[in-house]
Amino acid sequence: MSATAAAPQGQIGRVWTRFRRHRLALAGGFVVALLLASALFAPAFAPQDPTLLDTALRFRPPFADWAHPLGTDELGRDTLSRLLYGGRVSLTVGLVAMVTTVMTGALIGITAGFLGGVVDNLLMRFVDTMLCFPQVFLLLVVAAFVPPTLLSISLVIGLTSWMEVSRIVRAEILHLKEQDFVAAARALGASRARIMFRELLPNAAAPILVAATLKVASAVLMESYISYLGYGVQPPLASWGNMLTNAQGYFDTVPWLAILPGAAITLTVMGFNFMGDGLRDALDPRLRMDP
Amino acid sequence: MIGFVAWRLLQAIPLLIGVSLIGFGLMHLAPGGPLAVYTLNPTIQAQDIERIKIIFGLDQPVHVQYVKWATGIFSGNWGYTFFGGRPVLDVILERLPATLLLMGSALSVAIVLGLSIGVLGAVKRYSVFDVLATTGALFALSFPTFWFGLMAIFVFAIELRWLPSGGMWELGEEGNILSLLRHLVLPTMVLALVITATWSRYSRSAFLEVMQQDFMRTARAKGVPPAARLMRHAFPNAAKPLIALLGVELPFLFSGALVTETIFGWPGMGRLFVDALNMKEYPILMGMMMFTAIFVIIGNLLADLAIAAIDPRVRLR
Repeated sequence: MSATAAAPQGQIGRVWTRFRRHRLALAGGFVVALLLASALFAPAFAPQDPTLLDTALRFRPPFADWAHPLGTDELGRDTLSRLLYGGRVSLTVGLVAMVTTVMTGALIGITAGFLGGVVDNLLMRFVDTMLCFPQVFLLLVVAAFVPPTLLSISLVIGLTSWMEVSRIVRAEILHLKEQDFVAAARALGASRARIMFRELLPNAAAPILVAATLKVASAVLMESYISYLGYGVQPPLASWGNMLTNAQGYFDTVPWLAILPGAAITLTVMGFNFMGDGLRDALDPRLRMDP
Repeated sequence: MIGFVAWRLLQAIPLLIGVSLIGFGLMHLAPGGPLAVYTLNPTIQAQDIERIKIIFGLDQPVHVQYVKWATGIFSGNWGYTFFGGRPVLDVILERLPATLLLMGSALSVAIVLGLSIGVLGAVKRYSVFDVLATTGALFALSFPTFWFGLMAIFVFAIELRWLPSGGMWELGEEGNILSLLRHLVLPTMVLALVITATWSRYSRSAFLEVMQQDFMRTARAKGVPPAARLMRHAFPNAAKPLIALLGVELPFLFSGALVTETIFGWPGMGRLFVDALNMKEYPILMGMMMFTAIFVIIGNLLADLAIAAIDPRVRLR
């Protein structure tokens, strides 16, 4: 008999009603769903193999023929197929990095907030210290040290961006642990671990969910930064970031090669950002920032 | 106030120790260790590496090395670059003016613009302007900096040919202020975009919060004109979170400058970082990590002191 349980149906309904009213958030959610679907079913949608070279058909402009709806790049590879498969890579990195960030941040935040005292002090000073370094610096240094695989890139992004999440979770736990249901659980003889992970954590779900959504956006952005600088996803595997790096060399003659992957990144980041903003308003009107 | 300053200074010490531990740790976790450039070089003999190790003191226990390195950092000896053997601190300081110029101009543009947009949005809440500004800010925050930079180069440098696409001076025009200003416009615009968006969002919510306070109603009731209410009553109170934001923004400015400098070939610290990364110049990388971290700590400290100077409640706590 947990004192927390999931939110009752009525509450989820209310949250959904509030979220729906936020038109930009709804649009963001729609874009995100579309992107996830296109990444998931990339093989079905892609007109070509994204690595297929065809040097006879280099730099085809978009909308010129049906075989290559968005044209081809400097090696004659199909741009639409590369965008779809690149989206798979970028979204995978974004989601895995988000999970890493949220798990690390929540674990540290809940430990610091619940245990308090010396543990809290040490953990939070560690957070302060990590925040003294610009994330891109940490990211690039560590990314340059480890061999770049999809997993290592995601982990590095995740492990350099959990600090804000831990602060948010800690603040929420500090507030929650004074509530009656925690005292009740303690009186029933619940262990510390049980109180932390079964009682407190589910109640902190709202801010964690909001942070998670926004973290996907920043992870996609970070992946594109480091791939653009050459320390992220390595060719021939396409990612939106390294497609941009390639395109830069032919920028003055074939600008669409740079415009398309950049637009894809912007659309993704925007989708998650708008969705996160809407979720924040819907889940907790107190946290409201925008109209 | 003196007690507060002393207390705040004391708090910076563990931060500095933590920062130096992370910096030192990263250097030793690097593949090949701090001497990667030598150990990964097949033409250098094993006994030479042993000799270099002794010269650099790398044969000593780790804690001895750390103390030596950390005291070096605080006494101005930041080590030497692998290529050329120049003092690391000199190499960094040489690039500082270019970065400060870019960051300073972007920050001033962004603060003026962002603050005006935010205040106007707060005063005319839910107006067409406000909705456009808040939505636009969220759009701006979603742009990858480098893509926006490339697009700016494409439009203003390649298509319209109004502005140069990169660098700091035209060849042979070094020292010409006009040439410098022309080169400064695009990178400033790109770097300022995201900061403007952040500032407009923060100043809007800071002003909205202050304007709901009782003293604002009192001021209105006793007949203070709107402009004076905004400047004399709302502004000092809304300034606090904004000063804090200024302190927090510093690390972002460095990373934003890194990307912007890379795109525009701006010879600042960001470019130095990327070049050092490509050449495995660990001493420069670690030096720059330490340099920015110290910069950030000082920035936050100054922000806190400024807040305490404005608001007695903070320093008496």
